[in-house]
Amino acid sequence: MIGWKDIPPGMVILEAGSASKIKTGSWRAAYRPKWIEENCIQCLLCWLFCPDNSVKVKDGKRGEFDYDYCKGCGICALECPGKKGNKAIVMEEEVK
Amino acid sequence: MTKVVAVTGNEAVANAFRQIEPDVCAAYPITPQTELMQRFAAFVSNGQVRTEMILVESEHSALSACVGAAAAGGRVATATSSQGLALMWEILFIASGLRLPIVMPVVNRALSAPINIHCDHSDAMGARDSGWIQLWSENAQEAYDNTIQAFRIAEDMNIRLPVMICYDGFIISHSIERIEYLDDDVVKNFVGEYKPLYPLLDVENPKSYGPLILTDLYHEVRKAHSEVYKKVPKVVIEVAKEFEKISGRKYELFENYRLDDAEIGIVILNSAAGTTKDLIDEYRDRGVKVGLLKPRLYRPFPYEEVGNALKNLKVLCVLDRADAFGGSFGPLYLDIAASLCNFSQKPILINRIYGLGGRDFMPEHAAEVIEELKDIAKTGKITKLKEYIGVRE
Amino acid sequence: MATPLNLKELSKQEVRFTAGHRMCAGCAAPIVVKMVLLAACDYSVVVASSTGCLEVSSCISTYTAWKVPWIHNAFENAAATLSGVETMYKALKKRGKIDKDIKFIAICGDGGTYDIGFQSLSGAMERGHDMLYICYDNGAYMNTGIQRSSATPTFADTTTCPAGAVIPGKPQQRKDLTRIMAAHGLPYVAQASPSHWPDLMKKVRKAIEIQGPKFINIFTPCNRGWRSRNDDAILLSRLAVETCFWPLYEVEDGVTRITVKPKDKKPLIEFLKAQGRFKHLFEPGKEKMIEHLQEMIDKNWESLLKEEEMTLPKEEGNK
Ligand SMILES: Cc1ncc(C[n+]2csc(CCOP(=O)(O)OP(=O)(O)O)c2C)c(N)n1
Ligand code: SF4
Ligand code: SF4
Ligand code: SF4
Ligand SMILES: [Mg+2]
Repeated sequence: MIGWKDIPPGMVILEAGSASKIKTGSWRAAYRPKWIEENCIQCLLCWLFCPDNSVKVKDGKRGEFDYDYCKGCGICALECPGKKGNKAIVMEEEVK
Repeated sequence: MTKVVAVTGNEAVANAFRQIEPDVCAAYPITPQTELMQRFAAFVSNGQVRTEMILVESEHSALSACVGAAAAGGRVATATSSQGLALMWEILFIASGLRLPIVMPVVNRALSAPINIHCDHSDAMGARDSGWIQLWSENAQEAYDNTIQAFRIAEDMNIRLPVMICYDGFIISHSIERIEYLDDDVVKNFVGEYKPLYPLLDVENPKSYGPLILTDLYHEVRKAHSEVYKKVPKVVIEVAKEFEKISGRKYELFENYRLDDAEIGIVILNSAAGTTKDLIDEYRDRGVKVGLLKPRLYRPFPYEEVGNALKNLKVLCVLDRADAFGGSFGPLYLDIAASLCNFSQKPILINRIYGLGGRDFMPEHAAEVIEELKDIAKTGKITKLKEYIGVRE
Repeated sequence: MATPLNLKELSKQEVRFTAGHRMCAGCAAPIVVKMVLLAACDYSVVVASSTGCLEVSSCISTYTAWKVPWIHNAFENAAATLSGVETMYKALKKRGKIDKDIKFIAICGDGGTYDIGFQSLSGAMERGHDMLYICYDNGAYMNTGIQRSSATPTFADTTTCPAGAVIPGKPQQRKDLTRIMAAHGLPYVAQASPSHWPDLMKKVRKAIEIQGPKFINIFTPCNRGWRSRNDDAILLSRLAVETCFWPLYEVEDGVTRITVKPKDKKPLIEFLKAQGRFKHLFEPGKEKMIEHLQEMIDKNWESLLKEEEMTLPKEEGNK
């Protein structure tokens, strides 16, 4: 932690998005989401609804979860439409 | 080069604002400040300045808008009095904590209850530890001059703090006095282009203002903040020296009036200093060694310099135009006592409260104080440490 | 060209609110922030927030989740603060010191909007600043521990109006702030919900492109304060819309449009039963209270339908 001589005037934060250094994945308690690719219809709702930007998307295509930040809330799993009633996200027990 | 006019204090300060042309001004009416911003609004309406006005719905919003505007990255001013300043209280600390160079004339007026629109210093005194630099002004000329210097002090890259310019409601704000105006160009050059620090409107480099600081860092943030005030007196002196070059008028941290060989001293702020100085001249003519100290830079208070200027006196009365309710002393008294406490040789101190809610401070009041100080010098005995003067039994 | 509001295209845009913020798991507020910033993705924006959950969790110590310029001043003054930022922008533009096109957005809690910040909001809107004020309404002072606000629904159990033997949760009705803002005669006022994200984003985009003061009230579940599940933020916001607890509508130039009309209006009980804050209403003998709430909702919905009918131009009607 910085000492008083390094405090910027007004404690203004000059590095945008510096919170990404805080890995909130450690908050996950019991469950973590798991992606089942074959059931995925690429609707990207999980990407949109994730409060912690923990669904990676590249070129408009869904990728893996970002467990560095995922807090395990389960919104993505609940909202995932999946394919023919089969969810593409399930919550499974956290492995620590 | 200069122009001599007869104007009110408010008009003089409005004219300083016109010459400086802040980017944004917020305004909300309150007596006796109202006239100042009214006059300035007329300059805006008539196209004499390019300032954008924010005609807010309260003083709380006035200062809040100033915080936003200053963080955005431009020159900002507002003005207030009394209840308006009290309503701003919460945001005063935020403006200084965020290091925003907002300039704000405070036209001193008593605080409610009971409601009263006339002069005393309880408003600005209540805000003295909010982290704003305070410059106090005896007359309209000083109010005008201090306003011009305030922008330079506030915006100094080593300082970046908000500044209040205090002058007495009605006594100065509404009385017509002889004033010397500087030329518009001279003022503009003196104040210079505004240089932003961390402008919010620099969207390419996004900054966050106003984080939550927890126990692991708050203490350090406050220490850093506290250190900045040490740099203020030097900057105030430098700016005053430059101002003297353009105006011929000399300003210091405080005015030392016939104090050097004095045995009896008075410390007093703002307009009542004028009356007191006249009385001091009379007493001097009669061989009484009396002098006066009138603080100008009241926050941060130059304790060491003031202590040195007063330590050789025998007796000293601090005259406060604000009481501190709750059994304490007047705020100015406490500062003077603190400035002297570590000297082995120091005067006997008394505190007198005068002029609340616009009660006139008359030459006989000053005389009464000097007479009492003469007695104390002779006997070494204080009858009353703190007392009101000019009050009916 | 404007970025189309579909997820494929939006997902290629930078999310200007990063992970690493400290909101609770499953909080809807960061979802709302994300949607708002995505809808505004074609613009440079400056954001102001009032003190509250979003503010304290998004910017702590030297860590900020914001990738746009952001300012927090105090609890009750985000609108006044942003009006200062916006006015400085105008001033510097006039002096030729800035040429960028910048949009100004406030994102504040219901306490900072309906209650303590109401005067500041009303003032800023009346003055006509070019800004979009968004309230993320989670129906209580969550940051200080779930105290009632004027946005708290009737009968909800909060820490300052706890459901007790004599007083059954909050006795008063909610302040209908959206209508109060519409009464300011603003060019654009709307209600939105993150469950209906295309509607929400369309409204934000529309608002941003209109000059002048705009207000959008966004339903924002808080699982901690509502004592619901961690995963139901979107589910609950959907139920709020489908039960007509939170109608989706906009008021533009005096015309009221209901933008999403539930096909089958669900009974309010479905919304209530998922939340611990209404648990006491399901005790025996309290049936009347749920009926009372349902009546309130029905009445509001009917009057909204009537208002739409009265204000909608003929050619647009009966869609
Ligand atoms: C003047 C003032 N009064 C009270 C508080 C304490 N306070 C901080 S946040 C808050 C509640 C915020 O509620 P809301 O705006 O609804 O946001 P939420 O936390 O629910 O997201 C309160 C009461 C404060 N910071 N300032
Ligand atoms: S919500 Fe489900 S189906 Fe849609 S992209 Fe995500 S994982 Fe795939
Ligand atoms: S569990 Fe929650 S935090 Fe984790 S990816 Fe899903 S929505 Fe995001
Ligand atoms: S208390 Fe509620 S609003 Fe606050 S962060 Fe947690 S879930 Fe979100
Ligand atoms: Mg709230």
